Amino acid sequence: MARDGPAIEARGLVKAYGQTRALDGIDLTVRRGQVFGFLGPNGAGKTTAIRILATLARPDRGTARVLGLDVVREADAIRARVAVTGQFASLDDDLTGHENLVVFGRLRGLSRGASRQRADELLAAFDLTGAASRLVSGYSGGMRRRLDIGASLIVTPDLLFLDEPTTGMDPRSQSQVWELVRQIAATGTTVLLTTQYLDEADQLAEQIAVIDRGRIVAEGTSAQLKARVGSGTLHVRLLDGQQRSQAQAVLAGTLQGPVRLGADPLTLSVLLATPADPADTGRLVGHAMTQLWRARVAVAEVTVGQPSLHEAFLALTGHPASPAAADHEDTNS
Amino acid sequence: MSTTTATTSRAAPEAHGPGGLLAPGGPPRRAGPLAASAAFGWRAMLKIKHEPNQLTDVIAIPVVFTVLFTYIFGGAIGGTPGHYLTTLLPGTLVMGITAVTMYGGARLAQDVTTGVFDRFRSLPIWRGALVVGSLLGDAGRYLLAAAIVVILGVIIGYRPDGGAPGVIAAVALVIAFGLSLSWVWAATALLVRDPATVSSLGLAVLLPPTFASNIFVQPRTMPGWLQAFVKVNPISHLADATRDLMNNTAGAGGAVAWSLVATAAITLVFAPLALHLYSKQA
Repeated sequence: MARDGPAIEARGLVKAYGQTRALDGIDLTVRRGQVFGFLGPNGAGKTTAIRILATLARPDRGTARVLGLDVVREADAIRARVAVTGQFASLDDDLTGHENLVVFGRLRGLSRGASRQRADELLAAFDLTGAASRLVSGYSGGMRRRLDIGASLIVTPDLLFLDEPTTGMDPRSQSQVWELVRQIAATGTTVLLTTQYLDEADQLAEQIAVIDRGRIVAEGTSAQLKARVGSGTLHVRLLDGQQRSQAQAVLAGTLQGPVRLGADPLTLSVLLATPADPADTGRLVGHAMTQLWRARVAVAEVTVGQPSLHEAFLALTGHPASPAAADHEDTNS
Repeated sequence: MSTTTATTSRAAPEAHGPGGLLAPGGPPRRAGPLAASAAFGWRAMLKIKHEPNQLTDVIAIPVVFTVLFTYIFGGAIGGTPGHYLTTLLPGTLVMGITAVTMYGGARLAQDVTTGVFDRFRSLPIWRGALVVGSLLGDAGRYLLAAAIVVILGVIIGYRPDGGAPGVIAAVALVIAFGLSLSWVWAATALLVRDPATVSSLGLAVLLPPTFASNIFVQPRTMPGWLQAFVKVNPISHLADATRDLMNNTAGAGGAVAWSLVATAAITLVFAPLALHLYSKQA
């Protein structure tokens, strides 16, 4: 049933752990075949949402249908068609990579022979053939993650949950996992992933829900979210740092957005409000430059950049996505 | 390693990219309760294979107690070591198995507190399969302990009057009793959720009744209160039943019947309890 309906449809999901409201009323629709990203800081409620949708936890209130099936009443039917790769490796450390996959193959209902064959295929596809007969306890973080994702693909799921697939990974392993997610999505599997990396959501997800303190604070494509924050950021670099406060006053008077001072004493930036006519951005910036020239402020360099997803997050939630992202605040362009 | 990897992957180009990611054919039939339990049992065996030191107690307890008691105390207690063996060996069979009943529970406690548990719970399988699988692992351990006791006994001169049928029946009885205790430790494990606690609790609970039983000596020389305990101690009854079967001394079979009833009673209480506690695990 509901063959063409959405992959996930949730209304008013609430889940509390003691006094903490991990989810405080979440509405969500994920189309079939889509890569959907939950973006939010630690403790925002991303994992709780995934656990409820993957039938690992029950909602206190609200309803959710996954592949047209109710998460509470039809949990077993959902389990047959989805796979979950949790935030922490769900593998047996004291078994080899091959044995791990064969055990999961047997539990998925494959015969002994079919389990072995599928384990070989997945190890090859994930570039782990050389480590197949080594204990998982000796795997690197990236290898572990790939095996973990592989264990979710023993039987091709209609929907794959990936909870923070690259948290704590080095850049090379991260791009390997990204490539994997793209390939999995290309097979037609719907992917719901959570991340605290704006970059990751930007790279992978067609649709992004920004989640903060158990609520979805914004939803849309990466471009739509950026647009909600403003049409871009004007970065100005001066020749003389002595003139910065003067420049700040001029820009604050000519452009509507807040003026921020960069870490470099020569730079300042303005978040540009979205004008009614998008073509107006050029006119507004030109006007600001003219005013700076009239005030005899010497400008070395001017750029207008798309707002980063980080700036979007900051504007939507009022606080940075993560400490790491905050470090990049002034270097984004 | 990287060289082999590269060669192997190149040798199987069809496994690359989406081709290798996509499972061939449609979804398989779901694993039934038995198949899922068997898979978990096999997983327990693989873990023993990789960590054979798990078996230290399984091997050491029967060997140490059989040899030690036969040669050091055998003459004093039973007249001659050979004569004493007919009493002792069925007893060490009981001890060798009951003393290691908590290991499956300890493993289970570990399973339900690590990330792998989430993956098990996300599978479309009967929920009790992990617990039953852990019992299958236990059964493997018990069979090994029993084999060690019997073979060692025969080597040092034990000749069971009950013959092979008697020995097999005795081993089956003790394993059945051991499995009823496995349910107790499974329930404990799901309650305390800590492997070390299950192990030490197991030792504390099992060791006193093992010695305060008729496994090593007849209770005639013990103080009255202890004799009273030894008489009601299930371990004594099981040891008597095992002796009856192995030595073919079963009169009316009272001890055997008693052991079967005790096994059934413990299982009927603790199996549903363990499965209930399992379904409550978050």
